[in-house]
Amino acid sequence: MSGRLAALRPGLGPLRPRGFGGPLTLGLGTCFLSLIVLIPLAAVIWRSQSDGADTFWAAISSPRAVSALQLTVGISLAVALINTVMGILIAWVLVRDRFPGRRLVDALIDMPFALPTIVAGLTMIALYGPRSPLGVDVAYTRAGIALALLFVTLPFVVRAVQPVLMELDREVEDAAASLGAKPRTIFLRVILPNLRPAVLTGVGLAFSRALGEFGSVVLIAGNVPFKTELSSVLIFGHIESGNPAGAAAVSVVLLAISLVVLVGLSIGERMGGDRAR
Amino acid sequence: MPSPSRLRLPFVALACLAALAVAAGCGGSGSSGGSGGTTLSLVAYSTPREAYGEIVPAFQKTAAGKDVEIQQSFAASGEQSRAVEAGLPADVVAFSLEPDVTRLVKAGLVAPDWNAGRYRGMVTDSVVVFVVRKGNPKQIKTWDDLIQPGIQVVTPNPLTSGGAQWNVMAAYGAQLKLGRSDAQALDYLASLFDHVVAQDKSAREALQTFLGGKGDVMLAYENEAIAAQQAGESLDYVVPDQTILIENPVAVVSKSQHLPQAQAFVRFLYSPQAQRIFARRGYRPVVGAVLARFTFLAPPALFTIADVGGWPSVRERFFDPEKGAVTRILQGQAPA
Amino acid sequence: MPANGGGHAAAPPLAAVGGGRRGAGRWALRGAAFGYLALILVVPLGMVGWRAFGDGVGPVLDALDNRFFLHALWLTAIITLITVVANTIFGVAIAMVLARRRGVGGAILSALVTLPLAVSPVIVGLALVLVWGRQGWFGGALADQGIQVIFALPGMVLASIFISLPFVAREVAPLLREIGTEQQEAAATLGASPLQTFRRITLPAIRWGIAYGVVLTTARALGEYGAVAVVSGHLLGRTETLTLHVEDRFQAFDIVGAYTAALVLAFLALLAVVTMHLTRPKESRS
Repeated sequence: MSGRLAALRPGLGPLRPRGFGGPLTLGLGTCFLSLIVLIPLAAVIWRSQSDGADTFWAAISSPRAVSALQLTVGISLAVALINTVMGILIAWVLVRDRFPGRRLVDALIDMPFALPTIVAGLTMIALYGPRSPLGVDVAYTRAGIALALLFVTLPFVVRAVQPVLMELDREVEDAAASLGAKPRTIFLRVILPNLRPAVLTGVGLAFSRALGEFGSVVLIAGNVPFKTELSSVLIFGHIESGNPAGAAAVSVVLLAISLVVLVGLSIGERMGGDRAR
Repeated sequence: MPSPSRLRLPFVALACLAALAVAAGCGGSGSSGGSGGTTLSLVAYSTPREAYGEIVPAFQKTAAGKDVEIQQSFAASGEQSRAVEAGLPADVVAFSLEPDVTRLVKAGLVAPDWNAGRYRGMVTDSVVVFVVRKGNPKQIKTWDDLIQPGIQVVTPNPLTSGGAQWNVMAAYGAQLKLGRSDAQALDYLASLFDHVVAQDKSAREALQTFLGGKGDVMLAYENEAIAAQQAGESLDYVVPDQTILIENPVAVVSKSQHLPQAQAFVRFLYSPQAQRIFARRGYRPVVGAVLARFTFLAPPALFTIADVGGWPSVRERFFDPEKGAVTRILQGQAPA
Repeated sequence: MPANGGGHAAAPPLAAVGGGRRGAGRWALRGAAFGYLALILVVPLGMVGWRAFGDGVGPVLDALDNRFFLHALWLTAIITLITVVANTIFGVAIAMVLARRRGVGGAILSALVTLPLAVSPVIVGLALVLVWGRQGWFGGALADQGIQVIFALPGMVLASIFISLPFVAREVAPLLREIGTEQQEAAATLGASPLQTFRRITLPAIRWGIAYGVVLTTARALGEYGAVAVVSGHLLGRTETLTLHVEDRFQAFDIVGAYTAALVLAFLALLAVVTMHLTRPKESRS
């Protein structure tokens, strides 16, 4: 593109647009990112090891921290998987079905993203806690944690899958049907493979979100070490009990896991070419 | 592209709301700090919000308190103490237990002679009680009842909440009072934490958890149980025979910009009027004359923190973030 | 505006898949989807309204008139406003850089911008205290100058900017990439200044991306709890946002107050969601 224009101005070389997007913008953007993101996170990493490697290792290998991590990763994975299945299903109904109020339901899917986590937590406790009008009491249990996490990670897979579902070429499905393939086969062999990059993106985002979730679970979880204590709550406990090194150490572990997931997502995005929120 | 006219409405609505919010806030916050008045910052632990809610207006009616606005903050004692150390602006601190003030002395924020006065810096007392459901259906009366099979206990997290530390020392001391050895007392603590089903970060949050229906018994300050009852919650509380005398400190922050007013406020807290307010709110007043006019149950085997070693040694032995006995219990290791 | 996606007008929905025995299959799917949504989404939201109005309308009006509520509302509005402005300006700037840079530099920048989405709010709070607290990297020096960052408005704004940083940048960057640099180069050749180029050519192209990003940013900033809980200091009437106010009312035995504030937040969330729906880029909408 620039080559063509350069041809219009021979002798001046490739044309670089002046102004925005150039070095000044890069500099400003980098300063902003450094101040807001990089420096604070660097402080966490630095603090985690500033009391010595022994302290770091003790903090992350203590039975309590290990148990919290196992619980966190386990529940986050389970929740991500459940919401994958349900997310595909909901996206399907939203894209392929027609019913009154569809647009309202479609809009509502974003509610967990917009609703403050503390409000989500309160409602979860009110609804599924000891005074539940539905008679369901899962507060202060792992099921309660899962419920809260299902709420907050609901939109990710749905929103990742929807655009792809809409773009799918029906002709392949119709052809398969006309050749006698059963609906289930069509779904598994024709549709699902096309959805895979989007699904993976959605799962990655949902998992990342669940991993670090705090506001919506801190009320309903109970936070009892070894039973219902998540890593994010453990970090908060360390902060508030004057153990910043311990808090930073556990944070570094969570950040590392998130980083791995992020990198995977990045690679997936480039391959899938779709825009994830 | 979405059509512009459809789009405008929600943005207009959001903009209106924002304007409304700012207008409301200007109206609401405009009333704070009158002309030429001072503003004190009171950083307190989680439970005395109702008491200070009454005491502050009473102070403002006195000569010393005229034109003094007092901003209040209530959260777990340990949390607040560390926040002040990390820069939370404070003129007066009111914590659940002495070590949270000692931390600030070490940080140079509170004068070392803060507890040299007649009441040793303590402004209210209380005792650890068992809070139970109305009618005490599970008949929980003694410390041994707490570790019966199936009993669910609610207590805050000992590493953040002052109230929780009082609970733990009450449990430990009670065992000693019952004639058990130190090792047996530590084992009791381990069993107790086996029965804990929820650990909130502050005493007040633990109360909310219990009121929300979780647990059979909650270990709490007597004043919390009374506060809940006064708020209309239906529960009972049992004062165990062996329990600890809770003593809550208050101190002036020496780096305060408004030292005279801060000191005046703290002095006011010891006045009969303020002590009566505390008593009505369930705290045991430290001023003997006021205490005599209220009926508080006197447990037969009441002990103090000095009887179990004093806070400095207790903090190190039980609550040290790495080696403390309670830390180890919470980590799943043997207490000693 | 397209009524269905993809432009396949003739094929009836669910024809090939799930609609074999069309009636039963479709209703089973619908039932599962709606049931799940009801359980996870609708009923919890209904609870907020139910609990708020549990004692009637009067207490709700009182709660709305409470000075702590009003201050929290104002504080939240201010923080959100500053956050949106900062993240929009820098988001567009970063998006421009992202659109032009490929390769390793671009990938690193892209990862940095996406990072806040994956960081737990409590880690954000910890990070800010470690940098701006009195014993932190910069906080000590600032405190000596009398500047309070943590436990005051600046700290809360920083937390808010962190957690909502990615949205504008990530919405605008692809749009910029799409339109390419051709038009801007042409404008530069014709003598337009950078500002004119931006206003006349770039801005119209990214306008809806910015709008959507702004709504996302607003929604996220409004609802933040974990990060501000760590850096707020809980000064009643001074550093409590609406979300912290909900928690505060709860702890003061004021259930109606707590749920009223929660209801206001839920309503704002609903407004944000509707706006999101209307501004969402075309290809994501059903």
